[in-house]
Amino acid sequence: MNEEIKPYTISIYTENNIGLLNRISAIFQRRTINIESLTTSQSEIENVNRFVIVVNITEAQAEKIVKQFEKQIEVIRAYYHTDEETIYQESCMFKIKSDLLFEEPQIQNIIKESNARIVTVNKEFFVLEKSGRRNEIESLRRDLNIFGIMQFVRSGRISVTKEEMKITEMLSAFNN
Amino acid sequence: MDTQTANKTKEVAGQTERITGAEAIIKCLIAEGVDILYGYPGGAIMPVYDELYKYRDRIHHVLTRHEQGAAHAAQGFARISGKVGVAMATSGPGATNLVTGIADAQIDSTPLVCITGQVPSPLLGSDAFQETDIVGISTPVTKWNHQITKASQIPEVLAKAFYIARSGRPGPVLIDITKDAQFEEFDFKYEKCKVVRSYKAVPETDPESVKAAANLINNAKKPLIVWGQGVILGEAENEFKAVVEKAGLPAAWTILGASALPTSHPLNVGMVGMHGNYAPNKLTNECDVLIAIGMRFDDRVTGNLNSYAKQAKVIHFDIDPAEINKNVKADIAVLGNAKESLALLLEQLNKNSHDAWHQEFKDLYAIEYEKVIKNDISPSKEGLTMGEVLKQINIESKGNAAIVSDVGQHQMIACRYSEFNITKSNITSGGLGTMGFALPAAIGAKMAAPDREVVAIIGDGGYQMNIQELGTIFQQKVPVKIVVLNNEFLGMVRQWQQLFFDKRYASTEMTNPNFVAIAEGYYIKARKVVKREDLADAVKEMIQSKDSYFLEVCVEKEDNVFPMIPSGASVSDVRLS
Repeated sequence: MNEEIKPYTISIYTENNIGLLNRISAIFQRRTINIESLTTSQSEIENVNRFVIVVNITEAQAEKIVKQFEKQIEVIRAYYHTDEETIYQESCMFKIKSDLLFEEPQIQNIIKESNARIVTVNKEFFVLEKSGRRNEIESLRRDLNIFGIMQFVRSGRISVTKEEMKITEMLSAFNN
Repeated sequence: MDTQTANKTKEVAGQTERITGAEAIIKCLIAEGVDILYGYPGGAIMPVYDELYKYRDRIHHVLTRHEQGAAHAAQGFARISGKVGVAMATSGPGATNLVTGIADAQIDSTPLVCITGQVPSPLLGSDAFQETDIVGISTPVTKWNHQITKASQIPEVLAKAFYIARSGRPGPVLIDITKDAQFEEFDFKYEKCKVVRSYKAVPETDPESVKAAANLINNAKKPLIVWGQGVILGEAENEFKAVVEKAGLPAAWTILGASALPTSHPLNVGMVGMHGNYAPNKLTNECDVLIAIGMRFDDRVTGNLNSYAKQAKVIHFDIDPAEINKNVKADIAVLGNAKESLALLLEQLNKNSHDAWHQEFKDLYAIEYEKVIKNDISPSKEGLTMGEVLKQINIESKGNAAIVSDVGQHQMIACRYSEFNITKSNITSGGLGTMGFALPAAIGAKMAAPDREVVAIIGDGGYQMNIQELGTIFQQKVPVKIVVLNNEFLGMVRQWQQLFFDKRYASTEMTNPNFVAIAEGYYIKARKVVKREDLADAVKEMIQSKDSYFLEVCVEKEDNVFPMIPSGASVSDVRLS
């Protein structure tokens, strides 16, 4: 099995219960695996949550750790995927002084070219939102940093797989 | 709701009745067939103890002397009976004291339900008196855990707790219940849990995998079985024996697998692992097919994985998919319950005897006997050995005793030399290696199986870790037999210091109290043996005693346990001296 360390996106479908995040993070912590990003939200199935976690590990580790997740009572299914097998995005926000928007015409060009979106503008500041790959977000951050950023925040990765995940079928089989 | 309305609900509802959360807990336990539980009262669990008082004719609560003792007693109960053991404690220190037993149960797959009281829900997170986040603390060492803050959650959550603890690969479940939920009244109705949608207790067995396994075994020249506790937990002893006998397979056991096949069975080739037998360890690296059944390739079993059975095709039978390829890559994995998968395998196996291969085990056994076993069980030197004590216990109990061992040298000796005729008879802390396990576990085992002889074998170190449970033995009149093999050392650590740390005996020498006087202080009959000529008579007296009995045997101070695979070495580098 491939021993190369690379980013794996782990998707965990779970019941929506208190304490499950603790149980999941403990599995990483016990194996000294650093979590690069973690996002949790409602999934496509009513009352089923989905964790999307990015970690840099080997495929052997990914396979073992996914089994550990599936072993948890409230985990319905868990999967791991490489970047090539998923469509993924991150999202970020910039808070920038409003004066700059008018004083520095270059900023307007940057916003246009990067496909960023202005969320709000007021006298003091404006807020810019951008979704995309990490390198796009980083490039935008570098460009804006020259003018000064009041606040910057980036979300964890969200992703969907190219292949179908058979979890819906599995759950409907259970309900029948 | 006032009492009048409450009574009305009780009458009208028929199937439901209006009771408090605390009473509901007791009713749930009774519905799950619990008649004994182990615990210790305290503030946050008092409403439940009040109900235990009312239901004392239906359910027997055993007051241990420490919550750790309660957890281990529940483990002993579960290990000998196959039923779910139940332990109860209050919040805070009561709950944290259970944790060692819970961790032990988790790693040894023992079904436990632990119920802890918690501060009232409005006080959660306020650093209230005796508040600890026991759900957070116990998360990594439980199969499942949950906090209840409303009485109405009690029936469903407890039903789920018992189902999860006992089904599939068993394990401990902790349920934390706030005090206000214990006081709260609600309409109680109990239904047993049969399924949890996110949990598959037993994976399906693929008939193709069984076929492939049978094919490999049928064509093997040098097959070797290593079985573990999965055979016992799956109650697959008969199927297992039939498989072993039909295909003439030499079968070795892990420490927790012991007793699933009688010690005297001609195909039982002994224990694997760090202090296991010479033949199965050596021949692990010579077999052509290694058949692992309900075992998890623990590092104490495999030694260095890079030189473990590399020449062999590996077949792995297990109920837990996470165990497959975890430590040793399986060429064929057979998922499912051992009882079913072994029955399927049996149909497809050819009869065989592998006589020449068996001879290799016999030859290596002869070497081990000459160099190790003889000196352990029939020593010619003056000092007493642990092995000869075990031999006497075998003679007097006729191999029918359940042996509850603690952790250390005496444990290895007990597992190596005990004769087991009956399954579920080797109760020991295997995975966690919890000193202090044996005394309370023996209490639970004896109470679960009062007709069986239960002998606790304990070192002088581990004995003092839960010695307070003598009080429980005395109060409950539990006729367990307690043997302390006293070498005035933390023997196993001392052995390592001798072999790997140039005899620097850092903090391993023990100045011990008068153990006989302590036992007698609890009104337990006690005897001390220092000379060989007294041993046989003392063991006989102990086994014949109808009451609990304490026997201290002063053994050689610096004996070592061999064979031994040094940590990190290969199984084939097993040392005889």
